[in-house]
Amino acid sequence: MSVTTIQPGGAKAPLDASTPGLSATGLSEVRDWVELLKPRVMSLVVFTGLVGLLVAPGSIHPILGLTAILCITVGSGAAGAINMWYDRDIDARMRRTARRPIPAGRIDAGAALAFGVILGIASVLLMGLATNWVAAGWLGFTILFYVFVYTMWLKRRTSQNIVIGGAAGAFPPLIGWAAVTGDTTLMPWLMFTIIFLWTPPHFWALSLWTHGDYARAGVPMLPVAHGARETRWQILMYTVMLAPAALAPWLAGFAGPAYAAVAATLSAIYLYHAVRTLREAQDEVGRSLVQDAAARRNFGFSILYLFTLFGALAIDKLVFG
Amino acid sequence: MTPEERIQFERRRRSRNWAILGVLVSLVVMFYLISTVRLFQG
Repeated sequence: MSVTTIQPGGAKAPLDASTPGLSATGLSEVRDWVELLKPRVMSLVVFTGLVGLLVAPGSIHPILGLTAILCITVGSGAAGAINMWYDRDIDARMRRTARRPIPAGRIDAGAALAFGVILGIASVLLMGLATNWVAAGWLGFTILFYVFVYTMWLKRRTSQNIVIGGAAGAFPPLIGWAAVTGDTTLMPWLMFTIIFLWTPPHFWALSLWTHGDYARAGVPMLPVAHGARETRWQILMYTVMLAPAALAPWLAGFAGPAYAAVAATLSAIYLYHAVRTLREAQDEVGRSLVQDAAARRNFGFSILYLFTLFGALAIDKLVFG
Repeated sequence: MTPEERIQFERRRRSRNWAILGVLVSLVVMFYLISTVRLFQG
C-alpha cells in the first residue's frame, strides 16, 4: 500500500454508531470510560514515571510523589482518550480496535474528546501545584506531542510514525525525575533514550502479525509500507542500538554493576529474539510461514525487558544507593 | 424515547452524577493534603 494514498480522516471522519448504548449498566459504562484512558499503555507509563521519581536525587513527600504519579497516569489517559477520539474512523476498521467504546458506539465522540481535554488540563495544573512547573511543563508537552505530533501528524503519514511519535511514551521517567528535582539532567535523558529506542522494535514486532489490520485502516506501519523483511531488519537494528543505551546509566556512573549485569543479560536475550525474528521461516517478501511465532515471543519479551530493566534501575538505586 | 429507555437514561445520569461527586470530593481532599504538605515544607 502506498503511503500517499492514505487520507487523514481523523476527527472529520463519519461515525456510524451515533446512539450511545442505553442498555449499558453503570458498571460497564465506567469500564468504557476507563478503557478510553488506555489502561494497558498507562501501566508502562506509570511504572517508568515512578522509576524516574525513585532514582532522582533528593526526596519528595510521599503525598506529593503519589500526586505526581497520579498526574502522569491521568495525563497519559487524557492523551489516550483524545487519540481514541481522533482515530475512531480507523479504529472501526481494525479488528483489534473495533470494539473500543467510540467505534462500538458506547461513548459519544464529543464526550470522549471533552473528557480527554479536561483530564489533560487538570493533570498538568495539578502537577504544577503539587510539585513544580518544570514537571508540569514536560507533562503538558508530552500530552500535546502524543496528540498533535504522533496521532494527528505522523501516524497516518509515515512509516516512521512510531519512531518519532514513540518519544511521547519515553517522557514519563523524565517527568518523574523533574517532579523531584525541578530540572532534567543527563540521567533522565538516558532513561528517555532507552524507551525511545525500545518503542520501535516493540511495536514493529506486534505489527508483523497485525499488519493486515493496519493496511485495512490505511496506517503506514513499517510492514505495510516497506514489507515484513525490512521490518525484521529494522527490529534487529534498533535492538542492537538499544543494548549500549541500556548500559549507559552504568557507563555514566548513575547505576552500579548489579544493574549493568541485568542490563547486559536482558539485552543479550532481546538480541537473540531479534535474530530469531529475522531468521524465522518466511516467504520471499518476509511473511512468516510459522504464524509469526518468533515475532510473538519477541513482543512478549520486549515488555518483560523494559519492566525488568527499569525495575533493576530502581532497585539498584534503592538498595545500593 | 420509550419509558424503558427513559428509565435507563435517568439511571445512567444518576450514576454519572454520583461519579462526578466522587471526583469532586476526591479533588477537595487532594487539594487539602497538597496544600498542607506544601505549607509544612515551607
